[in-house]
Amino acid sequence: MNRIESPAAGTANLQLRQVGKPLVRTDSPTKVYGTAVYAGDLTMPGMLCAAVLHSDRASALLRHVDTSRAEALAGVHCVLTAADLPPSQGVMTDMPGQTGGLTKNTKQPILAKDRVRFCGEPIALVAAENAAIAEQALRLIDIEYEDLDGIYDPFDALAPGAPIIFGDDNVVASYKVRKGDIEKGFAEADFIVENTFTTQYQEQAFLEPEAALAWVDEHEVLNIRSSTQVVEHYRAVADAIGLPHNRVRLRAEFVGGGFGGKEVMTIEVWLALLALASRRPVQLVQPRERSFLSHGPRHPFTMTHRTGVSGDGKITALQIKLTSDAGAYAKLSPYILLYATVGATGPYRVDNLHIDSVSAATNNLPACAFRGFGTMQANLACEGQMEEIAKLLGMDSMEVRRRNFIHTGDANVTGQIIRSAVWSDQCATQALATLGERPTDTQTTRIGHGVACYQQSYGRIRWMKDSSEAWVGVEMDGTVIVRSAVTDIGAGQSSALAQITGEILGVPMDQVVVYFGDGAVTPLAGTSTASRALYMSGNATKMAASQVRKNLLSCVAGYFGVKIEQLDMCDSQVFIIDDPQRSIALKDCVKLCAAEGVHRHNLAIFRAPTSEGIDPETGQGEVFPDFTYGAHAAQVAVDIETGEVKVLKSIGAHDVGQAINLRAVEGQVEGSALMGQGFALCEELILKQGRLQTGSLSEYLIPTSEDVPEIKAIVLESRSGLGPFGAKGIGEPVYAPVAASIANAVADAIGVHIFELPITPEKVIKALREKESTK
Amino acid sequence: MTDKETQMITEKRVDIQVNGQACEITVPAWRTLLEVLRELGHKEVKCGCEKGDCGACAVLLDGKVVDSCLTLAWNAAGRSVTTVQGLGGPDNAHPLQTAFIEHGSAQCGYCTPGMIMAAKALLDDIPEPSLKDIKRGLSGNLCRCTGYTRIFSAIQAAAETLRQQETTS
Repeated sequence: MNRIESPAAGTANLQLRQVGKPLVRTDSPTKVYGTAVYAGDLTMPGMLCAAVLHSDRASALLRHVDTSRAEALAGVHCVLTAADLPPSQGVMTDMPGQTGGLTKNTKQPILAKDRVRFCGEPIALVAAENAAIAEQALRLIDIEYEDLDGIYDPFDALAPGAPIIFGDDNVVASYKVRKGDIEKGFAEADFIVENTFTTQYQEQAFLEPEAALAWVDEHEVLNIRSSTQVVEHYRAVADAIGLPHNRVRLRAEFVGGGFGGKEVMTIEVWLALLALASRRPVQLVQPRERSFLSHGPRHPFTMTHRTGVSGDGKITALQIKLTSDAGAYAKLSPYILLYATVGATGPYRVDNLHIDSVSAATNNLPACAFRGFGTMQANLACEGQMEEIAKLLGMDSMEVRRRNFIHTGDANVTGQIIRSAVWSDQCATQALATLGERPTDTQTTRIGHGVACYQQSYGRIRWMKDSSEAWVGVEMDGTVIVRSAVTDIGAGQSSALAQITGEILGVPMDQVVVYFGDGAVTPLAGTSTASRALYMSGNATKMAASQVRKNLLSCVAGYFGVKIEQLDMCDSQVFIIDDPQRSIALKDCVKLCAAEGVHRHNLAIFRAPTSEGIDPETGQGEVFPDFTYGAHAAQVAVDIETGEVKVLKSIGAHDVGQAINLRAVEGQVEGSALMGQGFALCEELILKQGRLQTGSLSEYLIPTSEDVPEIKAIVLESRSGLGPFGAKGIGEPVYAPVAASIANAVADAIGVHIFELPITPEKVIKALREKESTK
Repeated sequence: MTDKETQMITEKRVDIQVNGQACEITVPAWRTLLEVLRELGHKEVKCGCEKGDCGACAVLLDGKVVDSCLTLAWNAAGRSVTTVQGLGGPDNAHPLQTAFIEHGSAQCGYCTPGMIMAAKALLDDIPEPSLKDIKRGLSGNLCRCTGYTRIFSAIQAAAETLRQQETTS
C-alpha cells in the first residue's frame, strides 16, 4: 500500500527513502476498519459505571452534601464526596510529563469541599452497576448551597476591593518584558497606532469525550486506561491519593482528539478513587455536556498594542498589555500567559519593547491548554495591528511585515537568539500568491484577502528540563519493535516513530510495530503537547535506532571484511554500497549479533536544551528550544446585507524543517485551517455569571463539512529544526496564524477591522453601520 | 397495573440483523440502538454526544444512514444494521475504506466509522457526487482533526473505483 513513487513529493529528501514521503500511517487501517480501541470501548468483568455531579453554582458555600439517598439506591456501589477523600492538598494541575525542572506545583481540589468556585466544579462521584443507575443516584444527592458574590470579569477581579478567589490579589501570574529604550523609541516614531483586540473562550470539541477505566489488579497496582495526552499523570494520581508511584500504571489508548484538552488531568483521579473504594473496575465516559465542564477551554484575552512606527513602516517602539481570564483555578494559566508574552510581537524584531501581562482568577470555567497555548491569541493582535499600521501608512501590509521580520541571528522578545531558519517571507508570499485572483464583488458581497505570519515555539519551556526516552529493537526474524510511552492523539505520533525507525534500519515502516503510551512497560516519553512529541520522541527514537544500526553493521562489517561506512540498509537487507549484490538479510544479520553477544536493541534518551529561567524584571532569558515560522492566507466573501462571512480559500504555508510524513503534515495544516476558521467566525463558549450557555455541540457550533473552503497546504523544508532530520514542531504552529488571516481578510473586504472575535454577522453589520455613520 | 404488567410494556424482545448476523435482545423502550450495538460488542459505533449533533454513531439501518443515538432499539426490530465493520475489513475492504486509508482521511479516527457510513449512504444515493453533494452528505458528521479535505477526496476516489467496478462487472 505504501508505494514510494512520487518524485514530486518531498523533493528535498533525495537521500531519504521513507522520511518525508506521504506514506500510509501505521494507525490508519485499524481506524478505518473500526477495530481501533479507545478508552470508552474497554470492558472488564464486573465493571461498574461512574457518574460525576458537577456544581450548578459558580460561587457558593457548600452548606451540606447529603448522599444518603443515593447510597441507598439499589445498584449503587459507592458515592464519594470531599469528606471521603484522602487528606492530600488536591490533585496536581501543573505542567505534567517527563520534566526534571521545578514547576509551580499548582493544585486543584479533587472534589469541592466547603465551597464551589465555578459552575461545573465536581462535587461527588458515583459508581453503580450501570450508567442509568449512576445517573439516577446523582439526582438523589442533596446539596445545600449558600450563594456568594462572584467575579466574572478579569478586570473586575484585579480591581481594588474585589472578592479574593486566588492568592492575595487574584493574580494567577504576571510577566514583564523590558527591552531597549521605549521612550526613545516612541520619540522616534512618526505615528503611534493603538488598538485593543479581544478573543473568546474556545472549546476543544474533540469528538471523543473524556473516558477512562480503572481497576486494582492482582499485584495491588492501580491500573488506569485512559484517553489522555499524558502518561505521566500516573504520578499525579499516586500523589493525590497517597500511593507510591510504582503502584499506579497509566496506559493511554488511541485518543479521539486532544488539542490540549486532555493535557491536564481530567477524570483519571476520580476513577482511581472509585476503583479503590469499590474494589471493582470502574469506567467513566463523560457525557458531552459534562465534557464541556471537565477540561478547560482556551483563555479569553484582552490585548492592547501601542505601536510607534516610522514613516517607512519600521516599528520603533511597542507597548503591549495582555490580560487573560484564568477562571477559578490556576491550572496551566501561568505558562499559557508566558507563551502569549513571548509570542506577543509575532515574528517581528522589536528592539524597544514593554510588555505587561497578567492572568486573573474569576469564577468562570478554569481555562487551560488548547492548541497554540496563548500564542495564537497574542498573534491575532500582532497581525491585526500590522494591517492597521499598513492602512495608516498607506503601505502594503506585507511590505510593513518585511521591514520588521525577525531573521536568523536576531534576538526575540526575551533576548533569545533565533538559530533556525526564519522563512516567514517565503511562506507568506507563497500563501498569498496561491490565493490567486480576487473574484469580483457583487452587489451584496465584498471579497477580501488576508494574510498572517507567526512565531510559535515547539518543545517545552527550557527550565522544565524536558527529556524523552525510546527503545528500539530487532527481533530474531528481522522485524522491528519501538517502545515509547508517547501518547497517540491522532496526529500520527506513533506512526512517525515507525517511519523514522524504518528509515534508519532499512525496514518498511508498516513492518515496524510501535508499542506506545504505557507508563509501566514503555520508556517514558513525556507529553503529546507543546508540539513536542515528534521533536522529542522522534529524536530519542532516531538515536536508539541509530545505535541498533551501528551494532548490526559492526557485525556485518566483520562478516564481509569491510568498514561500517561501506554498508547500507534497505528492504530488510544489509548490503555493500559499492557492491549491492553482496548482501545479507536483516534476520541473518541479527543472528550474527546474537552469536557475538552484541545488543540488538537500544534505549536512548533525548534531552532538550535547558535554561534556568527569565529575569523577572526584564523578562530576558531563553524560554523555548526553538520556533516554527510560516503564514496563512485567506480569501473571504462578506455578505454586506446579512453580515455573513464565507471563507472561500484557506492556504497554509509553513517551514516544517523536514516533513517526516508529508501527508500527515498536510493533514495538520488542513485541520488547523478549519479549526482556526471556527475560532475566527463562529465558535464561542458563552458564560453568563459563570454559567455556561452553550454547553453542547448544538449550541457550541464548530465548522461542518458545508463550511469547508478550498484548503491547501504548502510545505517548505529548511531542515533547520531541532527535531529528527531537521524537523520542527508543527501541531500548534500551523494553527497560530489562521484566525488572524481570516480577521484580516474580513477587514480587507469591508474596509473596517473587527477587533473582537468571533466575527459574527452581528458584529459585521454593526461595523458596517458605524463605518457608514462616520463617513 | 401490577409490576409484572408494567414490565411487559417497557421491555420487549427484538431481533436485529447486525452486519448480517441475527441478534436477539431484550430491551426496554427507552434504550437507543447505539447503546444496544455497543453492548453487543460493536464498539466501532462511537458515541460523541448522544443527541444527534456529531454523527460519530452513524450506521446504516436497512441501507439508510441514521444516528444510532437517536434511534430506539425497538425501531430497529426486524431490520438490518450495518456498521463500518460490516462494510469490510482488511481481507475485503470496501473501496471507501481503501480510499480513506490511502488518502490519510483518518487522524484521531473517532469520527471515521460514522463518517464512512454516511459516505456509503451518500454513494448509494448519488454514485457520482459533486463536491457540493459530498459536503451536504457529510453535514451531520463532525470531524475536528482533518478539515474534511482528505475525507472529500477519499469519497471522490471511492466513487470512481465503484464506477469502474460497475462497468467491469
